[in-house]
Amino acid sequence: MFHLQTVTQWIDEFLRTYLTDGWALFIEFILIGVVILAVYAVLALILIYVERKICAFFQCRLGPTRVGPFGIFQSVADMVKILLKELIKINRVDPRLFRLAAYLVIIASICTFGAIPFDKGIQAIDFNIGVFYLLAVSSLGVVGILLAGWASNNKYTMIGAMRSGAQLISYELSCGLSLMTIVMLSGTMQLSTIVEQQAYAWNIFRGGIPAIIAFVIYLIAGHAETNRGPFDLPEAESELTAGYHTEYSGIQFGFFYLAEYLNMFIIAAIATTLFLGGWMPLHIPGWDGFNQVMDFIPPVLWFFAKAFICVFLALWVRWTMPRLRIDQLLNLEWKILMPVSLLNIVLMAIWVIWII
Amino acid sequence: MDPIINLILFVCLGIASIVLSVLAVSAKRLMRAATYLLLVLICTAGFYLFLNYHFLAAVQVSVYAGGVVILFLFAIFLTSNENDVLRRHQAGRYLWGALAALGGIAVTTFALVKHQFIYGDNQSMVGDQEIDMKVIGEALMGTEKYQYLLPFEVLSILLLAAIIGGILIARKR
Repeated sequence: MFHLQTVTQWIDEFLRTYLTDGWALFIEFILIGVVILAVYAVLALILIYVERKICAFFQCRLGPTRVGPFGIFQSVADMVKILLKELIKINRVDPRLFRLAAYLVIIASICTFGAIPFDKGIQAIDFNIGVFYLLAVSSLGVVGILLAGWASNNKYTMIGAMRSGAQLISYELSCGLSLMTIVMLSGTMQLSTIVEQQAYAWNIFRGGIPAIIAFVIYLIAGHAETNRGPFDLPEAESELTAGYHTEYSGIQFGFFYLAEYLNMFIIAAIATTLFLGGWMPLHIPGWDGFNQVMDFIPPVLWFFAKAFICVFLALWVRWTMPRLRIDQLLNLEWKILMPVSLLNIVLMAIWVIWII
Repeated sequence: MDPIINLILFVCLGIASIVLSVLAVSAKRLMRAATYLLLVLICTAGFYLFLNYHFLAAVQVSVYAGGVVILFLFAIFLTSNENDVLRRHQAGRYLWGALAALGGIAVTTFALVKHQFIYGDNQSMVGDQEIDMKVIGEALMGTEKYQYLLPFEVLSILLLAAIIGGILIARKR
């Protein structure tokens, strides 16, 4: 298997031959930061293009076609436009909180992004408590959204923020519980170890029925966490104009927009890492020839292929289902998803003790 | 890591947490005070990361940023008006506050100087060591010496009582 780790190790050795350890580390930190931000931005451009195209196909349209072949440079043009836009100063907002909110949302999203294992060794943060870190950091985004709604000094943003807060806090529960189910199966929280364990059978096959239930619950709850699809009440345009980011303009709005798309990818990537084997190729025990053929495909491609399948599922749901009402939304979480995922944890305990 | 980089990071975190905590108590708007409090708590999580206590850092962020501060924000949303401005305190209160802060600093300094740290001279404990999540989990759920199943269960009963109390207050009659 060709791991990108060879490239990073080569860079590390190259820097260490010419510099002292401290400076080599320092340059590596900066390089990692730049690479993460660049990948973050590029992925956002790709996701926006993919979303517009797929949405168009679902609605029997063509989507963007003008800029470049099949319109692939459309989101680049949009990016240039949003970077050049004026940041409108709004009367009677709380300026400090108004600015801070956009940064909080995007910082939470980038911190989570750094912990995703794209390949062996291509992971900025690999803590022992990986899964818990993901849950902890992603909860910072809620504060950003609440502050954005409050600081805008507008009743629509306020209602949007309240809805969003209620929704995110509720769905975080079943998100966390379904991730815990997989932590029970693998016995560790470190993301790199979880991926290594799935070399011969992905967790969704190894964990049987409880893992499949957890996967479905995670997809639903994660989808609700991103404020999209049938769960986009916080920005329901028919009632609230644009929800908590109504008053934002220019790149500050861009931050919310970026974070929304990347959160969709991050949810898909976490689902991939924990349930679908991360960057591990599809291996079937006993089929040695098949396994070797699968090994020829680079792990990074495996990771992105699986993550984009999950993203496609999210888009499919978004453009198929009508929007929920707020009471239906909260009932779904508190009366269906959470009891099911609590029961599922018990089921997984039985599975781990007696069946594996 | 390099001692100099460590020192720079520590000083930055320290200055940030001091400035933000002063801002948190002196802010004129309640919402800003809550936000500064959140940032102070995140700085504290930074200190835990600095000590390689990743678990505690994650707990700090998820409990305070994901729980307590959001609770504060919701409480402020539901009870206060946009134009509310906190009243200025009387001068005497500042004096007492400064005295209390000085007293706190004196006590902690005294404790720091007097206390014999177990790992202070033990070189094997210094360095980039991470406590395994498994050890923490077993310490929380075990019944032997230095394991904490009983306090854990007592706390969960307390929380259960609080939840039932909350439902009882909030239910429709």
